[in-house]
Order: sequence, then structure tokens, then C-alpha cells
Amino acid sequence: MTALAVTGLNKAFGGLNVTRNVNLAIEPGERRLIIGPNGAGKTTLFNLITGELAPDGGAVLLFDRDITRVPSRNRAHLGMARTYQIITLFPRDTILRNAMLALLGLSPLRWNPWLALHRQQGLLNQARAALGRVGLEQMAERPLAETSYGEKRRVEIAMALAQKPRVLLLDEPFAGLSIDERRDVRELLKAIPRDVTVVMIEHDMDTALDLADRITLLHFGEVIVEGIRSEVVADPRTREVYLGE
Amino acid sequence: MRPMSVRHIAITIAILALIAVPYAVDQPYYVNIASQILLYAVFALGLNVLVGYGGLVSLGHAGLSGAAAYAVAYLLAAGHGHIVAIAGGLAAGLVVTAGFAALALRATGISFIMITLALGEIIWGLAYRWISITNGDNGISVSSRPAPFGLPLDSANAFYDATLFVFLLSIATCAIFVRSPFGAALTGTRDQPRRMNALGFHVWMIRFWAFMFSGLLSSVSGVLFIYYYQFISPPALALTSSAEVLLMVISGGAGTLLGPVVGASLVVIIKLVVSAYVSRWNFMLGAIFVAIVVFMPEGLVPGTVRLARSALRKTERRNLLARVTVNGQKS
Repeated sequence: MTALAVTGLNKAFGGLNVTRNVNLAIEPGERRLIIGPNGAGKTTLFNLITGELAPDGGAVLLFDRDITRVPSRNRAHLGMARTYQIITLFPRDTILRNAMLALLGLSPLRWNPWLALHRQQGLLNQARAALGRVGLEQMAERPLAETSYGEKRRVEIAMALAQKPRVLLLDEPFAGLSIDERRDVRELLKAIPRDVTVVMIEHDMDTALDLADRITLLHFGEVIVEGIRSEVVADPRTREVYLGE
Repeated sequence: MRPMSVRHIAITIAILALIAVPYAVDQPYYVNIASQILLYAVFALGLNVLVGYGGLVSLGHAGLSGAAAYAVAYLLAAGHGHIVAIAGGLAAGLVVTAGFAALALRATGISFIMITLALGEIIWGLAYRWISITNGDNGISVSSRPAPFGLPLDSANAFYDATLFVFLLSIATCAIFVRSPFGAALTGTRDQPRRMNALGFHVWMIRFWAFMFSGLLSSVSGVLFIYYYQFISPPALALTSSAEVLLMVISGGAGTLLGPVVGASLVVIIKLVVSAYVSRWNFMLGAIFVAIVVFMPEGLVPGTVRLARSALRKTERRNLLARVTVNGQKS
């Protein structure tokens, strides 16, 4: 069984083929790193996997179930969570309320128009626990607009983890972070238990290399190299893509 | 516990003040103005659900309240009782709302505004041309007001009390709604629809039910409208009516509970009171809106809160500075 599989995936924007016959098979518990230069189609691949974009051809399978036609909102309920490369949070709310919204997304409570949300002790406790996992529990009441970029990145991860996903898709979790913040986020990602399958996009190869079991190199929408860390690093095609040799 | 009780006291005082209005002004003309403010406040609260909390600006809401008002008038003219007429009015308002929502929610932003505008114009056109039902330009008159629990609403004071009761019920419903999980989901779709979808929320369905709630409050205001004026004709459904309510919401402060109420008071008072003294009252209304947009673009209620906070901070800083200087002299 694979946690996440992609077969023959294609996507074109007009004449531009951004995803060309991509095949992926990711084992349960695996840490998969998807690398590639700018414009390689990494984020598009994520959007196809999460259903925010519809593929022109091919299939997406979550634990062997074909979810190609499942609306993206329902994929969250099937155990798929993602973070965004560009911070996509709720700037008018507190950190805690951001985490609450993540939990609410999977709770039947979300349709309830008369209960007071701030009195839902169960959700509050879970939200605080999720923030605790990324070290933000102390500043839970702070408005998101008053937090630093690195803290926002951690909120992104906390929200995805709060949903207790089986497959977690991280879109450049290190983007824009300082060296110290990178170290913190790396520790945080290392602490994710192995019952969660993690697929991570990274533009910069070195940053996330040690987190990955297997690496897929994407270039112009195509899978160029795939294998374990040392194989991909040693492969001449990797050097060609990254160094233009 | 303390801030809660302060809030409760403020709410109690506000309610008592509203109950006391007819005794304080003691003239049917002014009591009627107060009733109009409250009925438009209910309308503005309804539109605010969509505009303020949903981030969806509608320019067709007069069609919703108008449909409810026309349905009440039609059913009464057909010889039905008030209960049937009111129920029918609310039902008609909700059916039209569902149609609006189904069509307009295919889009957001400018396209959403234009679709609601077009739909509002269609309802206006129906009121104008479907003469066998609406009596066209002549409108429909309603000869009597209801008498709930045997209390006739014919006097200005009695109608005010009934309107106040409906208004308090409406604003309480809004207050509960805003704090609820569904309210949080709605503001989430306003701020970050893409993320909401990825988190597992059904963005379209959330917007649809918010639209229905907005339409329900608009229909309630339509029922109040028809019983207040005891007459309805097509201009009540025109684009200017929709725009007026939108201005109430925006000038008072969209996305706040009190904003629409303040906005409704402002517009109704300028329209009725100031127009008695100033013949160019439209110009005044426009000038006030320009001033609000320039000085408090977020609306009167949030704008006042902001100014009060910064004034408070300034005095605090001055006090602190004064204390530091005094200490400095001592040492």
C-alpha cells in the first residue's frame, strides 16, 4: 500500500505544460522531498494533489483510494493537510483562533450558528496543544498581525498538524526564514511522528536534505531523478539541473 | 468577570434608553422616526451579515425586503389574516433570497456586486410591470396593522414597541451568530477562502447559508416596512434603496454589531430631520459620507473606537512623561 500515489499526472496552462506525466509512489511514514529549480512545477503538483487544480489527465490516490474527482475540501476530511509557500493565514484573528479554525474544519461543529466558539473547551484544548507542539502556546492570544514571519510559518505548520493528517504536504516550510528559525522548524518537522507521511517541497536542496528518506527532482514539470538521498545528490542530472553543467 | 458585568450594565442601559424613547420625545412624528431607524437597522444588520462578515457586497437587497413586503401586502389584499401574510412574506423573502444566492454566489468581488444589482433590478422590474400581482406604479395599500396578543399597533408608540422588540431580537441573533463556530467559518471565508477550502470547509455552502440568514433579516425588515408605511410601490425596491442600506452598513462600520445601527440612525435622521431644515439634504448626506470615508474609512463605530484608543494612549504617555520629569527633579 502507498500513502500517496500519483500516476500519469498531466497539467497544462495553455501551451505551457507544467506537469508532464508525473508518477509518484510514497510509502506510509515516508519523508519525501520534492526539489527543483524555480518554475519546475512543484507547487502546481501540490495543487493537483490537494485538488485545488484539476489535472488534465492522470490520477491521485490516497491510501489506494482514487481521489482524483474528490473535491479538495473533502480531501482534508480524508486525512490530507497542507501548508502554503505564501503565508495563507487569518490576519485579523489571534494565533489561537487560527488554530481553532483548522480544528473546526474537520468538526461537525462548524455548521453550528448558536454555540459560543470561545467556550468550546474541547476545541480550545486541542488548539492549545497544537500550538504547544510548535512552541507558540505562550503567545496564543496574540493577534496574528503582530507576529513575526517565522512565527507565522510555525502557525502554518501547527494548523496542518492540528488536523491530525495522515499525509502532510509542506510547501517550502523554510522559505524566508533566518538560520535560527530554520533550525527550529527543522527540529519541529523531525518531531512529527512516523504515522504521518510527509511530502515536502523545497527550492533550496541543502536545507531539507537531512529530513528526507527519498528525493524527487522535478524539472520543467517532469520527474528527472528519483531515489534515496545519496543517489539523487550523486546523480549527474541533478548537478546539471542545479549547476547548469 | 468584571468586564462582562460592565458590558451587561451597558447593554441594560441601552435597552432601557430605547424603551424610554417614546416617553422622552413624546411626539408621534419623532416616535415614528425612531421606528424607521429601528426597521432600517434590522435591514442593515441583515446586509451586514453578508457585507461585513462574509465580505460579499450586495446591491440587490432591496429586492429581498421588497419581495417580503409585497407578499405581505398581496396576501392581505387577497383577504388573508396577518399571521398568514407575515409567514407568507418571510417565505417569499427567503425563496427570492435562495434564488439570489444560487445565482450570485457563482462569483465574488465586483462580479458578485453586479449580479446582485441585476437581480435586484429584475425584482424591481417585476414590481413595476407584473401589474396583476403588484398593481404596478400604483402600489398596494395595507389597511390595518396586526394586533399581537390583542394589542393593536395602530398608535406610533405601540408600533415603536413592536419594532423595538423585533430589533432587539435581530441584534441578539446577530450577536450570537457572530460568536458561533459558523460565524467564525463565515469570517474565515471572507479573509482566506482558499485556506478555508483546504481546511475542509465548504466555502460555497457557508456563503449560501449566510446569504439566507441575511435574507431572513432583510425579509423581517420588509414586513416591518409594509406595516409601518402601510403602502408599497416599486421605488422601495429600486437600486437607490439597496444603495442606501449599503451606505448605512459601510458608514456605520461593516463587520461590527453596532455599525449598521449607527449607520441606519445617521441616514434616517439626515433624510427626515435635516431635510426639514436644509433643502439640499442629499448634498449633506453625500458630504458626510465623504468625510467618513476620509477620516474613518473603516466606519463610524470602529473609527471612533480607534480614535478613542489613540487619545487614551496619548494621555497615558503624557502622564507617564510628567511622572518621570517630577521624579527627575526630586533626585
